[in-house]
Amino acid sequence: MISNPFMSPAAAPASVPELDEDQLLHVSLGPQHPSTHGVFRMNVVLDGETVVSLKPVFGYLHRNHEKIAEGVTFLSSMPFTDRLDYICPLTNNWAYAQAVEKLAGIEVPERAEYMRVITAELTRLINHTAFVGFFLGDMGAWGTALMYAFREREKILDLFEELTGARMMSNFMRFGGCRNDLPAGWAAKASTLVNEFPRFLDELENLIIGNEVLIARTQNVGALPKEALINGGITGPMLRAAGVAYDIRKAEPYGIYDRFKFRIPLGTTGDCYDRMMIRFLELRESLAILRQALDQLPEGQFINPKSKIRNFKAPVGEAYARIEGPKGELGFYLISDGSTNPFRYRIRPPSFINLTLLEDMCLGLDLADVVIILGSVDIVLGEVDR
Amino acid sequence: MESPAPTTRASSPPPAAGWSLPGIGLLKGMAVTAVNMIQSYYRKDRMTTVQYPEERAPISPNFRNFPFLVYDGDNMAGLRCTACSICEKECPPQCIYIVLDRDENGKSLKRPKVFDIDVSVCMNCGICAEVCPFDSIYMDGQYELATGDRFGGLLFNKETLARSTDYHAQLRPLEAAEVAARRKAEEEKKLAAQAAKVAKAKLEKEQKELKAKEEQEKGTGA
Ligand code: SF4
Ligand code: SF4
Repeated sequence: MISNPFMSPAAAPASVPELDEDQLLHVSLGPQHPSTHGVFRMNVVLDGETVVSLKPVFGYLHRNHEKIAEGVTFLSSMPFTDRLDYICPLTNNWAYAQAVEKLAGIEVPERAEYMRVITAELTRLINHTAFVGFFLGDMGAWGTALMYAFREREKILDLFEELTGARMMSNFMRFGGCRNDLPAGWAAKASTLVNEFPRFLDELENLIIGNEVLIARTQNVGALPKEALINGGITGPMLRAAGVAYDIRKAEPYGIYDRFKFRIPLGTTGDCYDRMMIRFLELRESLAILRQALDQLPEGQFINPKSKIRNFKAPVGEAYARIEGPKGELGFYLISDGSTNPFRYRIRPPSFINLTLLEDMCLGLDLADVVIILGSVDIVLGEVDR
Repeated sequence: MESPAPTTRASSPPPAAGWSLPGIGLLKGMAVTAVNMIQSYYRKDRMTTVQYPEERAPISPNFRNFPFLVYDGDNMAGLRCTACSICEKECPPQCIYIVLDRDENGKSLKRPKVFDIDVSVCMNCGICAEVCPFDSIYMDGQYELATGDRFGGLLFNKETLARSTDYHAQLRPLEAAEVAARRKAEEEKKLAAQAAKVAKAKLEKEQKELKAKEEQEKGTGA
């Protein structure tokens, strides 16, 4: 029986035993729900307002990416990686390019490495500002914060369009470098953007972080102990918000990250508030990296002239390469049998793995908190379902 | 020495015990929105909306969406494509379909009989333009392609895909100029090579004739 708030107290059963199957309310949140960031469904069982069980259901956006990649050439998979986490295509490009480079032993010229760092950190700016916007949208601050974030994002996307030819589907990195060089004046434009960005960040922080409603709704919501997060394989801002200093840029520096000075911001409790704040702090660190990289940007080749575009064949073997994506550890695992296509192609998507602890975070909380917790995980369904 | 890692709580107000009246944080946020609203009336960089279709935002010269085929001269006969099918093989969603044209003896004419691109499948990646070794296919910047024809409207054939070199030069001046210069240099090299070949053949022939003559003379002499 579904509990009815309009039912008179007299008509209701006098004593409700706890977790009476008849009293539980089964709610299917999604797959078409504004809070689910795409087509994601949660089968929630409620006792009143309290979550008793939560089963995530995904696969609505499954595109068979990994199997398709086995049927096309190595290069042809590059544009498909744009469509994984479509908020940050350039980091996906990088992770995949890095895996193939590791497999085939291709060197990357210095300028290309700098271009990769610059584009990846700009991508992180996009991701984290967009995250803040969406997260506030989940909380009911629908529109304002998101529009401010998207206004800034649009400026970065204009830069990307000029560089790669497309706002989001960049398809920019190649095995051994990048597809094309920076257009004339691009680096100067990027520097201007980086210098102006802190002003926007201050504005966004003023807009929300002292907000009493935000604090009341996010603090002490959805926290899990460090051990649980580590055991669950959680990575990225979600793990760092709980106070674990694990950032692949520091733990296993790839590319040229060991040349830059930056810090790993840490949270204390790992609740939703920390997860939001950690993004703000990471944005400032990303800006520091961007400033250093744009200052040091050397002249030179943007792609290794020895790398082949047509008829590329990787030697027999396997390779796993990972980077610190804006959402966590993004890895690509490739097995090659020496032909033009990968024999096996596997992705370790951060959003998918970060979702695995969703139920643990939500149990015992209200339905309204579920929406915030899901928002704080920062998922993109293109990556969860692949 | 690096400064210690920043933490989330240090830069934020202490956890609110209930509601801290009078909601300073709320008022601060509202001030930001008010400033933004007022600025949106006079600050140029805050007026970001473009009234499409009356106005159009300029597209960057690098912008790409769908491919087109280039022909030299002023008609389809100058199509550069040799139907080598490299782009067909590399196209990620496999939306290119090419049939090689052959004469009645089955000899390749090095031009496509059919060259179709299903642009409803094309993912605008630009890989075809990148891998083509004959400078034949490039990415267009045309984005108003809506059609009422559900079945054939987005299946582009050779004729609809073909564009002149002038079109390419207008769309991407830098790239087109570079390609034209390279092609011209190659053409000249080819011509020079051909001329050299002809001259060499002539020389060889003369030498042979001379030798034959000598031998003949020898023969008659002996
Ligand atoms: S467009 Fe280029 S790559 Fe494609 S078939 Fe023609 S010549 Fe070959
Ligand atoms: S742009 Fe990409 S998807 Fe479109 S035809 Fe060319 S290779 Fe195929």
